[in-house]
This record gives sequence, structure tokens and C-alpha cells, in this order.
Amino acid sequence: MLTRRLPSRRNIMRGIFAAGGAAFLAGCKQFDGVSQAAWFRKNVLHIGEDINAAVQGFFLRPSSLAREFSEADISAKFKANGTTNPDDPGYQALAANGFADYRLKVGGLVENPMEFSLADLRAMPARTQITRHDCVEGWSCIGKWTGVQLALVLDKVKLKPEARYIMFTCFDKLEQTLDDTGRYYETHSLEDAYHPQTILAYGMNDGVLDIPHGAPLRLRTERTLGYKMAKYIMSIDAIDDYSKISLGNGGFWEDRGYDWYAGI
Amino acid sequence: MTVADVATDKPLPGGTVLVRRHSGVVRVTHWINVFVLFFLLQSGLQIFNATPALYVGQYADFDHPVMSLTARNTPSGPVGITQIGGAHFDTTGFLGLSKYDGQWAARGFPSWLTIPSYQDLAAGRRWHLLFAWLFAINGAVYLITGLAGGHLWRDLVPSVKDLRGIGPSIVEHARLHFAHVREYNVLQKLAYLGVIVVMLVLIVAGMAMSPGLDSAFPFLTAIFGGRQTARTVHLICAMLIVLFFVVHIVMVLISGVWNNLRSMITGRYAVSAGSETHAD
Repeated sequence: MLTRRLPSRRNIMRGIFAAGGAAFLAGCKQFDGVSQAAWFRKNVLHIGEDINAAVQGFFLRPSSLAREFSEADISAKFKANGTTNPDDPGYQALAANGFADYRLKVGGLVENPMEFSLADLRAMPARTQITRHDCVEGWSCIGKWTGVQLALVLDKVKLKPEARYIMFTCFDKLEQTLDDTGRYYETHSLEDAYHPQTILAYGMNDGVLDIPHGAPLRLRTERTLGYKMAKYIMSIDAIDDYSKISLGNGGFWEDRGYDWYAGI
Repeated sequence: MTVADVATDKPLPGGTVLVRRHSGVVRVTHWINVFVLFFLLQSGLQIFNATPALYVGQYADFDHPVMSLTARNTPSGPVGITQIGGAHFDTTGFLGLSKYDGQWAARGFPSWLTIPSYQDLAAGRRWHLLFAWLFAINGAVYLITGLAGGHLWRDLVPSVKDLRGIGPSIVEHARLHFAHVREYNVLQKLAYLGVIVVMLVLIVAGMAMSPGLDSAFPFLTAIFGGRQTARTVHLICAMLIVLFFVVHIVMVLISGVWNNLRSMITGRYAVSAGSETHAD
């Protein structure tokens, strides 16, 4: 005699959970393809950055300052991340001479392009700030930075009205490529560039800025994550568009998938 | 319960009655949360893996993490070590050291728990910061309707009488005796209310890690005592939500899985006949 056995509820549940568990344990590999798909990154995954930029842009006033700390809060060990000693021969020659021959070139969409030696920059009014450096990797360190406000430098060269971003080109290549796309660079909005805490730092923790932390000159933009704060600055340019520069996303890490808006 | 509700309650064989238990908003936000938290957890673990250690304070005291997942070479091969405070556990194969594509790799959480499966902080952040907005919007809809409609006060905040009955309720749960009534019991109320609080703390701790938001709202990190503490609190809250999830699933399974699932899908829950009206 044929009997049809209906699966019991318990067995159905077992089946559902076994299938669900298997899908889960198969890993999140099913999201690897979509994570790399250009259309999904551009049209879906990018939405979070757009909302963050809009919402933080709404709440952040030009006068909103990052918290400044006291001497007692300074980290004993300030981690040096990314490049810690650029192997560029020109950079090494400058370093050998204590950066006495270093000239910061400031140009692009400006009325009068200029060059600044470290002595020129030190002769300008200095700002010292003890701030928390937030790495995109999740750690933070607190350091004391001394430098000249970027706004003062930009005032000297006078931006043309069409300038929309400030670009920093660096001595270091964080990735070896046949073209120049492995070179570190960053772009910033004019609001961040003119922010009072945005400085070109030549000093750290009461000493001269050392090579692991970006000598002779590095950027501090205290309301952003660390990767926006270019080290080993070679030149600064005012630009109106970054889509034609390097891989087109406005920075070394931005070209490798990270957010251009790095306030979170 | 209104009289109209009773009139539509359908008597079932076995002396049970179907009553309306979950509102449409509760059901929809519940399932959206399941979907969103799946992505948030696994992209969050991907982000954690970029620095697989937790610290307390404003900055990271690299030599003294309160918790870390590391890999170490030993004479008998590499091992994965989970450190919590002064305690060290060998978690080879799961935490600190696990296999990726058949190869041993030093990773905080294993590849099958992260989105993407391979190490990619940039993509993990994009998933996380997109789903964080869905989570916040979904949570806001739940909280606003729950506060305005009275669901939170009426169904979740335990009464003094509820709290007095907490001892007997624990005994009943331990004996796996479940009364099928419309109202949540006191342990359910505390668990559901608790997980809402944990999710709110998790969101604020997440926001406190943003240097932009810290500049706009300096109290964000101040309430945690530092960005690294906020990161630690964020992960602890995530683990508490995982714990809630595990207990929740077990309770759903052992206290009448079909009835529970139906009530969260259609809103209708079978109760013992005679218990469909408020006892008080």
C-alpha cells in the first residue's frame, strides 16, 4: 500500500533553517561580486557617502572646530601610517640636506603662482593645535601640530573665481605603477581649505615634523579622517575639477574605493 | 482590545482564538531590521578587521588593547589568539587566524562573517554607511509611531505588577511553560525594551566615531569619554544585539514557531480561548 508521508512541521523548519544556515555559512561571498560591480558601487553603495556629505554639510559651520586637547592628552606613540619614508630620489636629496632646498610650489587656478621655502612658511603667523587624528582603520592618536594656516597661503596666491578644489600632490608613491597613478594626492573643498584649523604643518609635538609623519610639510584637516591629510607635500594647486586627474576620484585612496567626503 | 476586534477574532479548533497582535508598522519595521542588520553586522566586522583590537579613551594605547584578535607564530604553527583584558584564548580557525580560500590568514573575524568576504575596508565602509541610514530611518519610523500610537508605553513598558511577577516569569520560562496570551510577558517587555536602548546607544556610539560630527556636536565623544571608547561601546552593543538575536530565535522556536511567525507576518496570533481580553 502506498502511503504519502507529509513532511512534519518540524522537518519543514529544519529544512528552512538548514538552507538559511548554509546560505549564511557559504559566506558573504555572494556579496563579493556586487561589491566590485562598477554600476552597483556608483549607483547604490555611493548613496551613503552622498547622504553623509549632505547631512554633515548642513550641520558643520565654517566655524565648527574639531576639539583641541591639552598637553597631557598627547599620545605617547603616534602611529605613522602609509608611506613612512618616500623613496623618490629628489625627496631623498632634499631630506639629506634637512629640506633647506625644499620649495613648496603653489599654482593652478591662481592669480600669482608662488614658491615657498620652509623659512618663508615659518616666517608667516603660526598656529599650534593639539588634535585627535582619526584613521579610517579605526584607531586614533593625539598629537600637537604647528604650521601655517592654508588660508594665509591661498590669500597670497589669490584664487581665481573658477577654483573649486585645492589639490595636494605628494612626493610619495604608495603603489608602484607604470604611470603616475600610484602617487599620493588629495583634493579638498574650499570650505575645508579655508577652515581655521586647516594648517600646513612643519612641526609636531614641539619638534620639527619628522619623516615618518610627513616631513617637510603635511596637511592637517581636523574634521576629516587621516587619509585626507596628505603627507610629504610637493605642490598645491587650485583646480576646478578632479575627474581628469590620476584615476579621477580626487585622491589616492578615493581612487581605491574610499569616500571623497571623509567626515565619517 | 475593542469589541470590534473580538467580533473578528476567529475561534479555532483546540480552544484557541486568533487575535491581532502586531501592527503593520511593527511587522514591516521588524523585517526591514532583520535585512538591514544582516548587512550592518557583517560589514561592521569587515571594518573592525582593519584594526582588530579595541581600546578605551580618546586615543588608541596600542600596547594595551582591552580586546584584540591576533595571529601569532608558534613552534607548532600559527595560532589565533583572542585577548580580553588579561585573559587569552586560543581561537585558531575562527578569531585571529582563519582560512580564506584554503589558506591560513591573519584576520580578526573570519571571511564568512564579513562583507565582502576578502579584506576590503573601503567596500565594507560603503555597505555599512549606506545600511546605517536605512537602519536609522527604519528605527525612527518605529520609534515615532510607537511613541505617538502608544505601542511603546502600552505594550513594552512593564507595569509595577509586571515587575513584581518577574520571579515567577523566570521560573515559567526555565520550565519552558509559555502562556499564549496577547500581551507580552515581563521578560519579553524587558528584552524588547532593552534591545531598543542598545540600538540607540549603538547608533550614538557610531556617530561619535565621525570626526565631522564630533566637530559639529562635541558632546558626542564626550558622553563616551573618547572616540576609542565609543568604538568599543559600538562593538559591545553589536554583540549584545547578536546575543538578543540568538535568544530571540531560540524563544521563537520553542514557544510555538508557527504562531510566532504568523503573528509577525499577518499580525494574527493564536491565544487560549478566554484570554483574548485583557486580564485586568
